[in-house]
Amino acid sequence: MSELLRFATAGSVDDGKSTLIGRLLYDSKSIFEDQLESVERVSRERGEDYTNLALLTDGLRAEREQGITIDVAYRYFATPKRKFIIADTPGHVQYTRNMVTGASTADVALILVDARHGLLEQSRRHAFLSSLLGIRHLVVCVNKMDLVEWSQPRFEEISREFRDFATRLDVHDLTFVPMSALLGDNVVNASEHMPWYTGRPLLALLEDVHIASDRNLVDPRFPVQYVIRPMQHDHHDYRGFAGTVAGGVFRVGDEVQVLPSGVTTTISGIDTYDGPVEEAFPPMAVTIRLADQVDVSRGDLLCRPHNAPVVAQELDATVCWMSERSPLVPGGRYVLKHTTRTTRAMVVDLQYRLDINTLHRDEQAEQLTLNEIGRIRLRTQQPLFFDEYRRNRTTGSFILIDEVTSTTVAAGMLREAQAKPTITPASSPNVVWQTGTVGRERRWEALGTAGMTVWLTGLSASGKTAVAGELERLLLDESRNAFLLDAELLRFGINADLGFSNADRSENTRRIGEVAKLFAEAGTVAIVPVISPYAVDRARVRRLHEEAGLAFVEVFVDTPLEECERRDPKGLYRRARAGEIAGFTGVDDPYEPPTSPELVLRPTNGTPMQQARLILDRLPRPE
Amino acid sequence: MTNPTTGSPGTNRSYELSDLAALEAESIHIIREVGAEFERPVLLFSGGKDSIVMLHLARKAFWPARIPFPVLHVDTGHNFPEVIEYRDRTVAAIGIELVVGHVQDDIDAGRAVEDTGPRASRNRLQTVTLLRSIEEGRYDAVFGGARRDEEKARAKERIFSLRDEFGQWDPKAQRPELWSLYNTRHRRGEHLRVFPLSNWTELDIWRYIATEEIDIPSIYYAHRRPVVQRDGMLIAITPFISVDDDEHAYEEVVRFRTVGDATCTGAVESIAATVWDVIEEVSATRITERGATRADDRISEAGMEDRKKEGYF
Repeated sequence: MSELLRFATAGSVDDGKSTLIGRLLYDSKSIFEDQLESVERVSRERGEDYTNLALLTDGLRAEREQGITIDVAYRYFATPKRKFIIADTPGHVQYTRNMVTGASTADVALILVDARHGLLEQSRRHAFLSSLLGIRHLVVCVNKMDLVEWSQPRFEEISREFRDFATRLDVHDLTFVPMSALLGDNVVNASEHMPWYTGRPLLALLEDVHIASDRNLVDPRFPVQYVIRPMQHDHHDYRGFAGTVAGGVFRVGDEVQVLPSGVTTTISGIDTYDGPVEEAFPPMAVTIRLADQVDVSRGDLLCRPHNAPVVAQELDATVCWMSERSPLVPGGRYVLKHTTRTTRAMVVDLQYRLDINTLHRDEQAEQLTLNEIGRIRLRTQQPLFFDEYRRNRTTGSFILIDEVTSTTVAAGMLREAQAKPTITPASSPNVVWQTGTVGRERRWEALGTAGMTVWLTGLSASGKTAVAGELERLLLDESRNAFLLDAELLRFGINADLGFSNADRSENTRRIGEVAKLFAEAGTVAIVPVISPYAVDRARVRRLHEEAGLAFVEVFVDTPLEECERRDPKGLYRRARAGEIAGFTGVDDPYEPPTSPELVLRPTNGTPMQQARLILDRLPRPE
Repeated sequence: MTNPTTGSPGTNRSYELSDLAALEAESIHIIREVGAEFERPVLLFSGGKDSIVMLHLARKAFWPARIPFPVLHVDTGHNFPEVIEYRDRTVAAIGIELVVGHVQDDIDAGRAVEDTGPRASRNRLQTVTLLRSIEEGRYDAVFGGARRDEEKARAKERIFSLRDEFGQWDPKAQRPELWSLYNTRHRRGEHLRVFPLSNWTELDIWRYIATEEIDIPSIYYAHRRPVVQRDGMLIAITPFISVDDDEHAYEEVVRFRTVGDATCTGAVESIAATVWDVIEEVSATRITERGATRADDRISEAGMEDRKKEGYF
């Protein structure tokens, strides 16, 4: 099967970029006779010794004279293995926005280095922009090796220097190829001049570089693009949600959550013109049908209930400013387009401007002008559902549009919301929560109840929620005020802005702990079934209660991993084992069992009801 | 695509799309984006292979609903009957509205002045009729089948390309176009030309026609017809052209690589009778060294030339 690969080149004629592209097209037989004839003629006329392949981009040169060659040009060629799309961009700093544009869709970036000059500012800048735009594979073409006597030490020196620099970047795959684009060495055909080079020529590398796993196949994301309602007799009741899969794999039968409503339903079918399919993955364009009549429109997003993107109106982003007309300044208002969502946005803060040559951060900067890159904070009118750009280039990117001129003025890459600083109680341990003038004793006495928190921790599918439900019923049977705080439901509301990173899980636990404490204070038995995998987070919740003088009962639902995996009611373990969910507790993320819980429940303790009774027996009785 | 994945559903763990499936998905995304963000789109449909593929993709984009916009044909009046027959048959089968803008109407009204002489062509006049049709239809998005591999200026044009109120393109003031985030904003009177096939090559179009088994007008395949050599091209003899005394009309087995105004669309000598023959012919000029063994006398003239050039390098 032939696959599509997009790569970006940046540079000027001086670097040999045009020669390199010309060489790729020429040696892969992607050039037509008439083009070649004119190049050969001009080369002869100029008295050049070689056919000057840079002239193949002659159109570019002519346009440059008219001042419009600053633009990205797209070129195409194919080999039996792959179809290639080249985003050919100019290399000078004044064309940074064009480089950014070309890089935004590229899988691979070619960085040109002149072997005579070594690593210049320009090469560093290209490498930085490639990494900023999320390109995982960099191929450093050390060109003009013919002018340094095909020197292996020179090649190694440049490679070493580049590698040192690249440690500061987010590059996954870095390859070096010594070449002469002019003479054709190591572009399509292997070089006879550099027997010491054991790697492969550039084209062979491009044909084989593995890009399939660059897509995010872990976090299911489906921005709804268009609602299909035929209003025709033959498909009277049809209602489908068309869009392009932006991440993960969606399967018929999967439970999905609709954002922003938070409603969950099931995928009843995935349709294409060519017939239904069982699953859809990026970048397939499909139409999803849902089992329930739920309200879904363009701009909404389908995800999985346990794997939602960040939902937020305050956004941290890195932007490249693209307007020559006016600078970016705090307070500026724009139209923001993100996936299929368009909303208004205001720049709240410019945190710093980045010098793209030195990577120095200028925190005193007050504006960003054309081609400048900086870190900003935005506030949007409607919430966005996004992932960090590094995790997902589709759900992590946006553009800003000037409301007056309607031109695109910025390209933005979203960053994970800053980990909230851990909030420690500022009050002294003995302070008791006061609401107005009514104290806890007065409240509990009047209600005839006593508040506390029952915290059930354990692996996914260990049975926490079932036990919690039974406990709630037992307590209510005794006319005691009880409330089950479902951690999954809280993720729709108070925790809707949290993902599943370690920091977010800690924050998730902290907030649930705070909410539970409020319920307890109010006189309710707060029952909290939540995985809460990290001991330090549970300890913090315990301390929170103890400092407030509230009872905290930690119950470890100790169902062995094998048993949880066997149950797997939502198929999560299966998917985690298949590598579709990353950082799943018990599979590739640790669960730290409590060392001294109030109670340990094992499957041998019987049914959820029997287990709930064991908990009830351990709870402090109301006086 | 009947089978976009590498394996059967469920067993395929690589989750890869073929190049054609990826191009198809990108085009469908673009077409849906227009369907969602514009009030009055229209799709330029000439009966040429690119517009046929575009129409096919539009059907896929909205299926099972019908395409929510009409198609527009700018008709020079100099048509190949096979193409007009194909056009009418296709729009009837799909159940889509066909709007025809007649160049003749603009000539009659004096808005366009026809060239005279044996080499006269209405190619240039089409622009007048196109812009009038867009204005009359109050269309705000116009799908075109142009591809970036066709020529150098197109290689730089955006997928969503703004036209001012005079229908003009300003290459110096193009909007940056990043990721798959298309800026569709425009003022009243302006419109956007949208090119969903931007990243397709001629060969991709043919491969897609083959794998999708898309019906195309018969003149794309080899057939015998009377022609005349003119400016290095073979021009079909039709009622719309006059043959000079010094020109020699003869019959030849030809096919058309593009389909447009009959007076200026050249045919090529070809015996490619099926879509697969055409693919072989089209790929011959860009065949790779590894595939070079397949090259023989059957390939086109350009392919022959190419091989001779290899001697120089």
